[in-house]
Amino acid sequence: MKTIILIILGIVIAPVLGGLIAGLDRRVTARLQSRFGPPLLQPFYDVAKLFGKDKVVSNFWQVFCSWVYLIAAALSVGLLFAGSDLLLIFFVQAIGAVFLVMGGLSTPSPYSQVGSQRELIQVLTYEPLLILVFASIFMVTGSFRIDEILAYEQPLLIQLPLMFVVLGYALTIKLRKSPFDFSTSHHGHQELVKGMLTEFSGPYLGIIEIGHWYETIFILGICALFWHTSLVGCVLLIASTYFAELIIDNTMARMTWRWMLKYVWSIGLAMSFVNLIWLYAG
Amino acid sequence: MFKKFIENSRAKSPWIMHFDCGSCNGCDIEVLACLTPLYDVERFGVVNVGNPKHADVLLVTGTVNHRNAKVLRNIYDQMPDPKGVIAIGACGLSGGIFRECYNVLGGIDKVIPVDVYVPGCPAKPEAIIDGVVTALAKFEGLKG
Repeated sequence: MKTIILIILGIVIAPVLGGLIAGLDRRVTARLQSRFGPPLLQPFYDVAKLFGKDKVVSNFWQVFCSWVYLIAAALSVGLLFAGSDLLLIFFVQAIGAVFLVMGGLSTPSPYSQVGSQRELIQVLTYEPLLILVFASIFMVTGSFRIDEILAYEQPLLIQLPLMFVVLGYALTIKLRKSPFDFSTSHHGHQELVKGMLTEFSGPYLGIIEIGHWYETIFILGICALFWHTSLVGCVLLIASTYFAELIIDNTMARMTWRWMLKYVWSIGLAMSFVNLIWLYAG
Repeated sequence: MFKKFIENSRAKSPWIMHFDCGSCNGCDIEVLACLTPLYDVERFGVVNVGNPKHADVLLVTGTVNHRNAKVLRNIYDQMPDPKGVIAIGACGLSGGIFRECYNVLGGIDKVIPVDVYVPGCPAKPEAIIDGVVTALAKFEGLKG
């Protein structure tokens, strides 16, 4: 019973929180660029407006894939809140990521096609790192179950500082922030219009946006696991991580996927191995 | 209640798309100036999207000629309803000094229905922002 309540709580709270973070994101970004920036609730206005627009779709798959993406993202957050198994959560969120790519690939538009191929490479880049993070959490706490990880007496950050940085790479890719932003070209319309999301419009784009809020909360939730012992520390860790993310977004230029694959895998895997060897030896 | 929120949101989040049908770049620079920190239209929720499928407001600059009329029509048709069109600059309004040319059709309204006309050569950023705000009145009118 308690688990069901926690799942429902997670599914209800996460999009609200995710939207607020997205609003804060846009506002802080604007301040960093010495602009005033939109209101805090701007992402909610955007999504509400998208839901009010005409439904224009190229084919049935776009509708289906956007819904599966939303449901998978919501379910992974729900399972996270319910303290379920990290591996199960990992597979559920992977389904969402893959269906989003399928939605992009279902249309013949070249922008959508190229964007989806790049998204596939992005998924390929962060999934191994994410699984390494989960494996390292298992090596420290001896369990994949979140409720058992939460029972561990000291913060994971002490033993897994480099794994947290690796998770930061996954977060940046998942948020589609600047050095790794080429599947959706968030600010660079001249390159790929909107990449994978070019052919999605109206309510279905809104659904994907809500799914994206869920994913933000999902990764930040995993970040929170690294300092689960105190609430203040947990909030501090998430806030500083997201702020660092914003600084990186605003100071970095967009790179190519080849660079991302080489850079993230070499640095990410090296850091993982150093951390795991250190953990094993110490 | 939810319906009302959607209707209010329309005016708060106009995503613009900018199409240049052979303008001299003067009006285009002024449109982009609106997005710079000096005018910062993003504080009203305006986002410059490069995709007609995501856009709510179409800003058109320059004269329409026989060549680009079908491109303009195509972009307009790809935008999902509700949508607004703003013609910017003397050329967009009537063809400007090019209106007598053999290849020029005239103003934007010869091809697609225009909601707001923003005059000027080039149109001032203030006038363009005013034009977008006036176009939002069309969305307000849809509340019904």
